[in-house]
Amino acid sequence: MTTTRVPLWRDVRVLRWVLQLAIVAVVAAAIAWLYGNYTENASRLNIPTNFDFLDNPAAFEITGNPMSQNAPVRDALYQGFLNTLRVSVVAIIAATLLGTIIGIARLSQNWIVSRLAAVYVEAVRNIPLALFLIFGLLVVVLGVFPPITEAWDLAGIAVVSNRGIAVPWYDNGSGTILILAIAAGMIAWWGVAKWRNSVSDRTGEASRSGLWGGGVFVLIVGAVWISLGFGVTAPEIDGRQTVGGIRVDPSFFALFFALVIYTASHIAEIVRGSIQAVPKGQGEAAHAVALSGFQRMWHVVLPQAFRIAIPPIGNQYLNLTKNSSLGAAIGYYDLTLVAQTTVGNGSPAVPVFTLTMVIYITISLITSAIVNVANRRFTLVER
Amino acid sequence: MSTTEPISASNPNSATTWLRRNLFRTWFDGVLTVVFGAIAIWLLYRTLNYVFVTGRWEIIRINLRLLLIGRFPETHVLRLAVLVVVLSGWAGVLAGIIRARQVRSGRADPDATKFSAARVRDLVERFWLPVTVTLLVLFLTSTPGPWVTAILAAVAAVVGRLIGPFIGRLRPGPLGSAVLGIAIAAVPIGLYFYVITAVGFDEWGGFMLNIFLALCAIVLCFPLGVLLALGRRSELPLIRVVSTAYIELARGAPLFVLLLLANVALGFFLPESLTPSTPARAIVVFTLFTAAYMAEIIRGGLQSVPRGQLEAAKAVGLSPVRQMGYIVMPQALRNVIPAQIGQLISLFKDTTLAGIAMGLFELLNVSESITAQDQFRGQGLIAETLTFAALMFWAVSYTMSRESQRLEKRLGVGTR
Repeated sequence: MTTTRVPLWRDVRVLRWVLQLAIVAVVAAAIAWLYGNYTENASRLNIPTNFDFLDNPAAFEITGNPMSQNAPVRDALYQGFLNTLRVSVVAIIAATLLGTIIGIARLSQNWIVSRLAAVYVEAVRNIPLALFLIFGLLVVVLGVFPPITEAWDLAGIAVVSNRGIAVPWYDNGSGTILILAIAAGMIAWWGVAKWRNSVSDRTGEASRSGLWGGGVFVLIVGAVWISLGFGVTAPEIDGRQTVGGIRVDPSFFALFFALVIYTASHIAEIVRGSIQAVPKGQGEAAHAVALSGFQRMWHVVLPQAFRIAIPPIGNQYLNLTKNSSLGAAIGYYDLTLVAQTTVGNGSPAVPVFTLTMVIYITISLITSAIVNVANRRFTLVER
Repeated sequence: MSTTEPISASNPNSATTWLRRNLFRTWFDGVLTVVFGAIAIWLLYRTLNYVFVTGRWEIIRINLRLLLIGRFPETHVLRLAVLVVVLSGWAGVLAGIIRARQVRSGRADPDATKFSAARVRDLVERFWLPVTVTLLVLFLTSTPGPWVTAILAAVAAVVGRLIGPFIGRLRPGPLGSAVLGIAIAAVPIGLYFYVITAVGFDEWGGFMLNIFLALCAIVLCFPLGVLLALGRRSELPLIRVVSTAYIELARGAPLFVLLLLANVALGFFLPESLTPSTPARAIVVFTLFTAAYMAEIIRGGLQSVPRGQLEAAKAVGLSPVRQMGYIVMPQALRNVIPAQIGQLISLFKDTTLAGIAMGLFELLNVSESITAQDQFRGQGLIAETLTFAALMFWAVSYTMSRESQRLEKRLGVGTR
């Protein structure tokens, strides 16, 4: 008498592996088919599939970037990547500020303030970003801003004209050193704040970590600034152009404008939701210990709200960075437009776009890793 | 000595109380009210002034056809009218069937649709925006065709809504249900072929193209998203890895670059005989891209369903497919309705990217290019055309988000 064994074709363990292998086989076959088509088409049309094009001369210039026409494609792509980061970082900071203010305003007890914020959010969220982009360039910059001869001179802070916006900027030094100094200052700020907090925990004296940390930051950056002879120049109108400071390109401004307006509406909704998710008792308790409205918001409600808001806001930062690729549509030389131009100048399309895609995906993965770390760090504090 | 007067002393409903509570609670509040009130009045004045006085809307009136249907050949516009009318009737019938089935299964209040003041208020609240925008567009037209179409469509929708419940109350057997399902699905597909056999993709354009691209991608991305979500939560490691890799890669790449890639390089990956048309490429990219986001949303929904539901389904002996299909998935999808609709709205808005990246003649592209016509060139009319495009997108997206809130409320998310 043999023991009854489950036949192979009804054994769940076997079936599972068969199913998985079948699906993987289908996926692999699809990829192989696509890749086969690609190599076949490329060899038929005599198009290279390798990355040798990176060393060819780029044969175009990027406005506002120090790059000659003879520089290799590699350098052009690097400059494009830097431009993507530039606009993304600046827009992220501005969108966070504007979005937070509007999110709080939407919960204001003042009827007019909350209505205005609601109208802003509901109007902007439901209109495509591309529309704001074109609006920013064609209506705001080219329509509203005056020609250079009648530029608005905002008391040395900015010169606004349809050639772009000129703002004060540093001179006599390298930007890399300045960025390094700021980074060092921020690390010092963080360290000093931590030390002050531990002192406060041990002795009970007021920690004043912001004051100490900020002071150290200003000291470090200021020392670098003075010792290396950095200076500041303010923009001035000189005939048909501006001198001094730095001129922000119209395309940069339009992209910045669109990204900030659009992303702020999404961040505002996240901030509002997060504030509402903070238990009501927290605000009431702050009220009970006689904190003012501002103190209640700043010391009690917002810190808890931002803890909730970190993952979705991180998502918005990612979206903003990816949306900055739309700058290509209005002539801002970000990574995408550089890639497009490179392809137009004869580099093979598939490798160029593959590389572009890999860079974007890497930015995304790194950003989401940072957001995850931040999220884990801040949720640990929670009970 | 008391500086704060008790509010209850006055009539709690009076206008002064309302003002004090909402606008002048403290002196700081008063300042805010004055400042932002001034800003609001100024904005309102500028808007009204722009719409009724300074705006030069002639360009919209003359190019209305281009904006709405692009270069669709005039000889076949009748087919579009038929499409709109039949589709309205179809939607009405479908709404009626769904309604009748809900009443039968006790999920809806049978009296809710009785004619009453509340019902009228509800209908007005739901439909005032689309109706207003449609009327606005109709008043801009110069031929009677659109009016006739709109009126017939409205009549068809109402008639369909009245007939629908009779079909919904039938209790067909399995064969009857299949026939009914096929008949319902056949209408839009038939209409699609009715239009496409006369006018190819390349001649579609305007706002119609935006809506069409979005609808196709919505219908196609949903099943793919469900499969990917299930794949990512699967216990089978290889399937999980494949799904996760796909989702993360698709979400990491910008849609705009994907569209550019599809436009320039898709031809390389397919044999020569299989080069899809530009709108088809756009639909493929939108579908593949949105499916990854959908999958993450649905995964969130699946995680929100209590484990006990699955265990109970197992305990009553349902097969794995039925556990998922009857018990877990319906609850999961219901829990994430706002996020799903939000994703669909953003897909709809992103259809403008197809115009920029691929040169499709969709609404935004049309709005930009009509300002270069001989009679309008160099007059700075881009603000007017962009305003019109913005109004169109806003009206559709806003209506969708409001319907999603309504649906959420009706399905009782968070209350049951």
